[in-house]
Amino acid sequence: MRVEINLNGKPFAADVEPRMLLSDFIRHEACLTGTHVGCEQGGCGACTIQVDGRAVRSCLLFAIQVDGSTVRTVEALSDERDGALHPLQEAFRECHGLQCGFCTPGFLMSLEPALASGPLDDEQAIRDAISGNICRCTGYAGIVDAVRHASNTIWNDPDIGTVDDLGSLGEDAPRSGAGDE
Amino acid sequence: MKPPPFDYTAPRSLGEALRALADAAGDGKVIAGGQSLVPLMNFRFARPGLLVDVNRIPELTGIRRRDGELRIGATTRQADAEQSGIIARGWPLLRQALPHVAHQQIRNRGTVGGSVAHADPAAEICSVLLAYGGRVEVASVRGVREIDASDLFVGQFVTTIEADEILTAVVVPPPPAGTGTAFHEVARRHGDFALAGAAAAVTTDDRGRCERASLCLLGAAPTPIRRAAAEAHLVGNELTDAVLAEAVALATADIEPPSDVHGSSAYRTRAAREMAARALTEAFARSARDRGQRKEAS
Ligand SMILES: Cc1cc2nc3c(=O)[nH]c(=O)nc-3n(C[C@H](O)[C@H](O)[C@H](O)COP(=O)(O)OP(=O)(O)OC[C@H]3O[C@@H](n4cnc5c(N)ncnc54)[C@H](O)[C@@H]3O)c2cc1C
Ligand code: FES
Ligand code: FES
Repeated sequence: MRVEINLNGKPFAADVEPRMLLSDFIRHEACLTGTHVGCEQGGCGACTIQVDGRAVRSCLLFAIQVDGSTVRTVEALSDERDGALHPLQEAFRECHGLQCGFCTPGFLMSLEPALASGPLDDEQAIRDAISGNICRCTGYAGIVDAVRHASNTIWNDPDIGTVDDLGSLGEDAPRSGAGDE
Repeated sequence: MKPPPFDYTAPRSLGEALRALADAAGDGKVIAGGQSLVPLMNFRFARPGLLVDVNRIPELTGIRRRDGELRIGATTRQADAEQSGIIARGWPLLRQALPHVAHQQIRNRGTVGGSVAHADPAAEICSVLLAYGGRVEVASVRGVREIDASDLFVGQFVTTIEADEILTAVVVPPPPAGTGTAFHEVARRHGDFALAGAAAAVTTDDRGRCERASLCLLGAAPTPIRRAAAEAHLVGNELTDAVLAEAVALATADIEPPSDVHGSSAYRTRAAREMAARALTEAFARSARDRGQRKEAS
């Protein structure tokens, strides 16, 4: 079956079997290997990407289901900045938010929309925001620091933060009362 | 692992979806959020020959109030229900429970109807539906019908929805004015399935006596369970320590939750007692506060 999506700002299409997972579609058809696959059961979060502005598990979607959608993977973060790191990536580097890096793309794609909708500086709020991602290396302390650091950068320094970029993401996915009629 | 091959269709109307499901004669399965079904397929526990994707059927989504009742379209995302003003104002127990359903990334995709149709014994949404005395609407090529929550959950992952039926909406009647609600659960990590949990809705009179009580446990049995004996004990009483202790004892006396790596049956039973006590205490307090506020306003 034909799947046509907007992938990181560019059109991408391929013919695939219905059973192809979106995670495999991204890695093997589009050859974007930044999206990692750990458990294929929704538990680890390594495969988290964004579909139509929302963080979702790419291992729990079939590629055909997102035909016509906008898909964003970790590669977009620096592609959109001509190769420079996103403030969130910069903060992970700065605060030792990663060791082996296997989990990192999932953390970044989960956290980016969360940070776009408001500052995240309270420890408990940060821990809740990362509860859907598992890291086997860092013990999370570095990740919590990195999120706080990124939140300060993004929300306190308009020049560095590119809140506008992030803000438009938020508008694509209106959160408040989105389902109400 | 990877799922076995299957055929796939994503109809744009309910009629087409029902026809496809009927034609598949038991070999078809509805896919909504896929957050429970896809893991089962990845492990090859589920091997449907045809997937009927209901995500592109506009009439199945949205949250509205109709004739005073809450009507949630089956494919409404759990994350949208969590953000809904209608739900937060009118059906707070559901709002209180939703953040406990899995993680944000799962709720962004998982649906309200899918959670009910999947009928996990520890599913928060199922327990709230039962506690509120709600019902579901289902459709098939044979027609439409409603199923009361009390007749819906018959076993672990088993409901009275037939293989050719699609759950179209979850309907919840309005709670009486002055109802206080609370939801509590124990899980190893935020977002994990509950080891034990309780949902309570309590309506009190001017003197703090219980007029109506509803208590539901999750994770305590193969389905969420209403605790009628405990509810009956509460009605007509204020919530003294003795009344609470007796209600909790009545609610948990006969439960035998399963033992597994996450917790023993004995631990889960104790946790269920504590969750029931917390939920009832908070629901009574909220009902009293609501009553106070309405007095001030009038
Ligand atoms: C890591 C992880 C953690 C989770 N934690 C929790 C948790 O703590 N609490 C919790 O409640 N859930 C949890 N879930 C499950 C999640 O909430 C699912 O979204 C939900 O159980 C199923 O909804 P769905 O829309 O994804 O359904 P699907 O996975 O699409 O379907 C599930 C089942 O219901 C059937 N079905 C779905 N929609 C319909 C319909 N409209 N009509 C008829 N049949 C239908 C399908 O055929 C299938 O058998 C978790 C999932 C994961 C992956
Ligand atoms: S690979 Fe998708 S959540 Fe683990
Ligand atoms: S850095 Fe290795 S798993 Fe997180």
